[in-house]
Amino acid sequence: MKSLEELKAIRDKMQGQVGLRAESEASLRVVVGMATCGIASGARPVLTALADAVAEKQIKDCSVTQTGCIGLCQYEPIVEVIQPGKDKVTYIKMTPEKALEVVEKHLIGGQVITEYTIGNQLK
Amino acid sequence: MMTEISLNILDVAENSTRAKAKVVQITVDIDEAKDLLTVIIKDDGCGMSEEQLASVQDPFFTTRSTRKVGLGVPFLKEAALQANGSFNIESELSVGTTVTTTFQIKNIDRMPLGDITSTIHQLVIYHPDTDFVYTYKFNDKSFVMDTREFREVLGDVPLDSREVSEYIKEFLTENKQATDDGKNI
Repeated sequence: MKSLEELKAIRDKMQGQVGLRAESEASLRVVVGMATCGIASGARPVLTALADAVAEKQIKDCSVTQTGCIGLCQYEPIVEVIQPGKDKVTYIKMTPEKALEVVEKHLIGGQVITEYTIGNQLK
Repeated sequence: MMTEISLNILDVAENSTRAKAKVVQITVDIDEAKDLLTVIIKDDGCGMSEEQLASVQDPFFTTRSTRKVGLGVPFLKEAALQANGSFNIESELSVGTTVTTTFQIKNIDRMPLGDITSTIHQLVIYHPDTDFVYTYKFNDKSFVMDTREFREVLGDVPLDSREVSEYIKEFLTENKQATDDGKNI
């Protein structure tokens, strides 16, 4: 069984580190709709995949958070990418695989994957 | 329709956090001898009036303004009732809400519990201002995760920092394994 001792070691390692709360001021925000509609359509594994990939790739100034119903339930799971000074990008009908592509191409590479955006899918 | 009981738990526990609960207690109790799975979600949030309580089981009631239907509670109720189980919701304004559901484990229409570890992990990580007490019982074994204990150890190191998030995921995974020997129902 996992013990609280291990948690103490983590605390000791992290205490005093600068920028612990920097995530809340992240310039790149990834938001996943996690209301009933999102959860029922598979948003939980999408959120897990995004959070794991952003942590693993150590993408700077990027936060992954969740929100409630975006109001487009039929297009869930929905992932929004928000960056100051740029238009919000709304990806619809996401899967963990598509989410990893978004991490690679959009979050790291800076290229919007137009194919998965709501504007493209509604055409 | 949800495909896992753990997704229903995630959805209904989200309601608790939106009701400004300080502590959300989630219990998953698997008793194979009694052929009974019990799931309890109890919060100390704002609670509901009698009128709201009566309408919350109605799919065409929601507190949200983005759409006209609220399916979280009806989905969980349906999942329990179709598995020969039961559903009960109690609530009091400014005291909190408790949802209790049971499922007949061997019922063919019972959906799998699913990835309960992911559900609890996401609740903890994405609601850093809410405390969660999660109890997982499997026959005669059990374990408890209490974020208040984590916080006491962590001091001002945030629960949603990467290292702590990893620890909590491992804590949940390893303790579940030790409790149910990897048996997923």
